[in-house]
Amino acid sequence: MAEQQAAAPEQSAVEEDPLIARFPDAVVADERKGYEGYVVKTDKLLEVARALRDDFGYDYLSSVTGVDYIEDGKLEIVYHAYQIEGGTALNFKVQMDRAEPVAPSLVPVYPGADFQEREVYDMYGVHFDGHPDLRRILMWEGFAGYPMRKDWQEAYFEEETKPFANRWPGGEVHRTEALNPFNKNVKYPRGFDPDSWVPETDAALYAGLDNLTNGDGLKTDELVVNLGPQHPSTHGVFRMVVKLDGEDIVDLKPVMGYLHRNHEKIGERNTWIQNMPYTDRLDYISSMSNNLGYALTVEKLTGVEIPERAEYIRILMVELTRICNHMWSIGFLLNDLGAFQTPALYAIKERELILDFFEATAGSRMMCNYMRFGGIARDIPELIMRDENTLDFLSDLINERLPRAIDELDGYLTNNELLRSRCIGVSVMSPEMAIAYSTAGPLLRASGVPYDVRRAEPYSIYDRFDFDVCTRSEGDVYARYLVRIDEMRQSVRICQQALRDLPLEGEIFTGKPQYNIRVPAGEAYGRIENPKGELGFYIVSTRTHNPYRYHIRAPSFINLNVLGELCKGHKIADAVVILGSIDIVLGETDR
Amino acid sequence: MYGLGIVRGLSVTLKHFVESYIDDFRFLGRRYYDSDSLKARQGASGRGVFTVQYPEEKLPVPERFRYIPFLIYEEQEDGSRQDLCTSCGICAKVCPPQCIWIVRTSDPKTKRPIPEPAEFFIDIDICMNCGYCAEYCPFDAIKMDHDYELASYDRTTDHIFNKARLDMPQSYYASIRPTDYAAELIVREAEAAKKAARAELKRKAAEARAAEKAKEAAAKADDAKSASESEQSE
Repeated sequence: MAEQQAAAPEQSAVEEDPLIARFPDAVVADERKGYEGYVVKTDKLLEVARALRDDFGYDYLSSVTGVDYIEDGKLEIVYHAYQIEGGTALNFKVQMDRAEPVAPSLVPVYPGADFQEREVYDMYGVHFDGHPDLRRILMWEGFAGYPMRKDWQEAYFEEETKPFANRWPGGEVHRTEALNPFNKNVKYPRGFDPDSWVPETDAALYAGLDNLTNGDGLKTDELVVNLGPQHPSTHGVFRMVVKLDGEDIVDLKPVMGYLHRNHEKIGERNTWIQNMPYTDRLDYISSMSNNLGYALTVEKLTGVEIPERAEYIRILMVELTRICNHMWSIGFLLNDLGAFQTPALYAIKERELILDFFEATAGSRMMCNYMRFGGIARDIPELIMRDENTLDFLSDLINERLPRAIDELDGYLTNNELLRSRCIGVSVMSPEMAIAYSTAGPLLRASGVPYDVRRAEPYSIYDRFDFDVCTRSEGDVYARYLVRIDEMRQSVRICQQALRDLPLEGEIFTGKPQYNIRVPAGEAYGRIENPKGELGFYIVSTRTHNPYRYHIRAPSFINLNVLGELCKGHKIADAVVILGSIDIVLGETDR
Repeated sequence: MYGLGIVRGLSVTLKHFVESYIDDFRFLGRRYYDSDSLKARQGASGRGVFTVQYPEEKLPVPERFRYIPFLIYEEQEDGSRQDLCTSCGICAKVCPPQCIWIVRTSDPKTKRPIPEPAEFFIDIDICMNCGYCAEYCPFDAIKMDHDYELASYDRTTDHIFNKARLDMPQSYYASIRPTDYAAELIVREAEAAKKAARAELKRKAAEARAAEKAKEAAAKADDAKSASESEQSE
């Protein structure tokens, strides 16, 4: 695992690595420069994974992603697993030939790998043997091609990497719609005839839904209903295909990809710093958090030190973002419950003040683009709103206004009988299920698993702050709501400490601001506790100006693995509430 | 009693409801479209109806708010405009969605590039308002504007801004971003002072050398004179 260096320097033999010792012919250490972890033989993957989960204690599979090493002719799948007690990742990979990529599916061992494997299939074309439902997830069913492969070019393709050469010095402006969208890269599959082709419809999707199993003699009809993608309660363009027996849900399958913008491919075209405003648009409600995750991951590769003042300001921003997000989430949970907008608007009022602060500091309310590799972009301004002192505003906000707002929210919602009767006991999730399905964030903690990335693997300066990991044991919607209220209180606590300890003077950035950095070669996986869960960034660099691979482990996407299981047996009205309690945002789910 | 939670919740709503009418008494019916009232309703200690009645009331944007970029020119004495932009192209390179096109021309005689943009286009539909162009411009020539009311009926004609549309005077920049402008002035003056000090040093060194040379020449002339005098005396 991580602690491979138990060997003393004078031991010239192979290090005592337990995993390699257990599977000497299947597992080797990854020897590439800047890489870590293990490479597992594809045919032994299931065995190794079972051993990892059962014997070595790595029961929480966090991230499954693919990388296309086109020069080596290989496709690689990278897995990151954690022990639920905390600690660093166990990184293992399988490599396969690009021409015939087949891998065993890990869904029998870690059910949370479901959607992520479908994404690797969709984006890279890897076929997973043993996957229960291998269909495209982000692209539509009839799509041909594998978008994330290095030889696949998108519509309006201009050049492999930015900056594009035709912008200057002789830049001729042209409107995008005047271009031929496919230009030189139109590629049809062999034997394709557009006139006679009939697209795959949702037949495979509907066929995959469970059937009613109780035969009580009466012939009842099952109804398949599509909730979404245009639906006020689906938190964005999100679709749930529900098979109903009357009002009871027999099976539910989430369908996503309606907001897919291929952010990861755009990320490969962008330079390192150009990716930062794109990360704002992932979980667009907590943009500061996304910025921090990306900045931390690239800083792992560059190794730059962050000045103290910048660290404190970063924490302040991220915790205020957490409060913003939970306010929004609770407001919209109440919306889903039918409290038509009133609690949502009351909750969002304090969020407006936090966004005013973001606007005065970063320049924008939501798309903050604030963190840089080595610090932050701008310091906290003297004046907010042109005449109010910013630190007074912050202190007022954090010490008085926010606790009062949270208490008010708690006071009139928590003991509301309507909320209690609709939320208590709905979609109870056991801790084992939560861990197996790779859920993260308030969803995981409401089921009694006290896993918070800020404590499990502290990043930035979180080890200096005094806060509790909010957990509840019931695992139902009410518990998730309570966890969010608790987390808001803890965030206020952290903000108070950050304000108190903020160094009055100091640099906010290490080194000179550079717009075209080269990041040392290697891979890095950096994760933060986003308000919605564990947001991870997996980056591969080949010492150029652009990332070679840029993957986002999106908590909303992976938390949706468990939606189908949670909704079975409940009423259709509960499906909306359960989705609200998982708290997704489509920018992150679809990227 | 069952239902107490609901009743408590309703009392909170009632409190908000009543509070929203107290403003009417405080501002004697002019609670909207009054800048004092707007200020009292915003901010961390704001009370009353939080909503801003846009477009009659507009929240003042903070200084750092960024929307679409604009180019800065300085007005010369003869009325002509001198763009600060030297068409170095860094903004075009650093722009994430690549929405900046710059045409740079060369002097036909010397073949060297003219440090001025011949044309400068920004497609504001593509611009993602990130502010990188302003952040990384080495000449402080492109900055982020505050104007967000740019809606038009025809995006094909109105949404690609050319240099004429993008140009704004330095005074406009100073008015929308006073703190940043003041900081830039300080830096610019410090640089100018350093340059002047260096020029001063150079001048002094040149003077000293000239003085040295003059002294040597005078000494030589003296020697020559004394030599010729001694010759003459002999």
